[in-house]
Amino acid sequence: MLGDKDRIFTNLYGIHDWRLAGARARGAWDNTKAILDKGVDGIIDEMKKSGLRGRGGAGFPTGLKWSFMPKEVKDRPHFLVVNADESEPGTCKDRDIMRHDPHLLVEGCLVAGFAMRAHAGYIYVRGEFYHEAQNLIEAIKEAYAAGLLGDNACGSGWKFDLYVHRGAGAYICGEETALLESLEGKKGMPRLKPPFPAGAGLYGCPTTVNNVESIAVAPTILRKGAAWFAGIGRPNNTGTKLFCISGHVNKPCNVEEEMGIPLKELIERHAGGVRGGWDNLLAVIPGGASVPLLPKSTCDTILMDFDSLKNEGTGLGTAAVIVMDKSTDVVKAIARLSYFYKHESCGQCTPCREGTGWMWRVMERLVVGNARIEEIDALYDVTKQVEGHTICALGDAAAWPIQGLIRHFRPEIESRIRARTTKMAAE
Amino acid sequence: MAMITADPKDVPQVAAFAFTPESLAKARELMAQYPPGRQASAVIGVLDIAQRQQGWLPRVAINEVAKLLDMAPIRVYEIATFYTMFQLKPRGKYLLQVCTTTPCWLRGSEAVMKACQEAADGTVFSVQEVECLGACVNAPVVQINDDFYEDLDEASTRNVLQAFKRGETPKAGPQIARQTSAPAGGPTTLKGE
Repeated sequence: MLGDKDRIFTNLYGIHDWRLAGARARGAWDNTKAILDKGVDGIIDEMKKSGLRGRGGAGFPTGLKWSFMPKEVKDRPHFLVVNADESEPGTCKDRDIMRHDPHLLVEGCLVAGFAMRAHAGYIYVRGEFYHEAQNLIEAIKEAYAAGLLGDNACGSGWKFDLYVHRGAGAYICGEETALLESLEGKKGMPRLKPPFPAGAGLYGCPTTVNNVESIAVAPTILRKGAAWFAGIGRPNNTGTKLFCISGHVNKPCNVEEEMGIPLKELIERHAGGVRGGWDNLLAVIPGGASVPLLPKSTCDTILMDFDSLKNEGTGLGTAAVIVMDKSTDVVKAIARLSYFYKHESCGQCTPCREGTGWMWRVMERLVVGNARIEEIDALYDVTKQVEGHTICALGDAAAWPIQGLIRHFRPEIESRIRARTTKMAAE
Repeated sequence: MAMITADPKDVPQVAAFAFTPESLAKARELMAQYPPGRQASAVIGVLDIAQRQQGWLPRVAINEVAKLLDMAPIRVYEIATFYTMFQLKPRGKYLLQVCTTTPCWLRGSEAVMKACQEAADGTVFSVQEVECLGACVNAPVVQINDDFYEDLDEASTRNVLQAFKRGETPKAGPQIARQTSAPAGGPTTLKGE
């Protein structure tokens, strides 16, 4: 189990002061100049060695991502953009970073911005997080006043400006190119890639978009060293991670734990166990709404990291663990997610715009068994036609939960159909 | 698609809209965050400022935003209808945004929704079903104007709404004994040991 000395988010629950004085007392902004003195290559090299993989869901190596930025700044300035549009159902970790430890993020922005040769950064905060954005704005003001940001950030000679940009309610803006469109003042509709943001991102300039948690852990990694971070967790799945445990547990909570912690231990140690005991568990969605669920039999032994979950046909995603006990109508739980994706589709690609609505309508019928058995296969077939045929991953995200349901709970769906058919015949 | 439309018959005519000097100052401060010529980036923020001033977004206010940002009005209408936080018709003093996405639903958002719907009179309270608010370990959640009310059930939702009705501002955050997102009964980590 992870010890408190290895925890990065030491004010996760907002028990202590979130302002500059409190953050400094916890170790933030401690000789940041020394980090910047490592130079761009030194920082990126250290980040690569730490093994940090992006915390926003895709798990792409962060150091490698930073290295994709052009090696010199030419006519177009570089930008850092932080994705704080946290909207993946089940996920509420970035919220705690912004409201309770905003200086970790602000310092991370300077370090990351410096490493990608950017003089400006924008943090795109979902509109509903009003107070979280206010804390962040306040933290940035404090940092400017203390000379930590601005023309000579931390006395490093590097100019770095940081801004908070509030969204206004659109899940799709968590997709990095939709976020950039939104940041430019347009509808949040994803762009085709390539060109990738590192080549042409915000205003057509080289840009890197990172999740809040990925950026916020960077200064601590660079201070304590890549070896420290890489020594936690398992190979290729290193470090600590914020987990959000919601649903049918006795004590839902956020907690920072070691990557690769067994799911059962995570739930029992920190979230007070499954409601009604472990044997009352039905299924778990391990990484936010977009990933397929796991039946209890897998939950007994599964480890919570990128590779373990991928091997089980699901994913770590944002590490948002949604627990469902045996009282759950699992078909309805997934149907509600189908409604979510229908609501949040931006409407740009036909397979997603039409497919999400179609899948949701079929799911609603499956909830009450108003379907024919063959329609389960038809639904699965449609999910396969949506998946991979859209500009962004929202289509995939809408397809996967349904695929997971059919994979693990097909008998449940069939029995509802049979029960209704029998009942109709009797009447 | 999360397209927000308002039936014209529900939308009262508003003859004119002008930014107050305070709103205008805030809008200009926001516009200064972006590189020269990129003031359109501020459109969400400036619409929000207009909405906070007026309580909702009448057509004339959207036009005024377009003028200020030197944007074609249609580009601003697109924004106002694409993002769910923009209100295109008047609403009650308190907007109850009830999250009913799966993590909240698993913990009883249906009962919370019922309490909110019963209170909704269009004057003091308006109610709106919303998708995941991003506070899932404190489910069920209702956002009331800018504040999150968390760990609700039917009874505590009624208590919160009654307090608003009496003119009070009940304490936001968890409505059970609990420190923010920590487990109820106290953290299992970061105990300073």
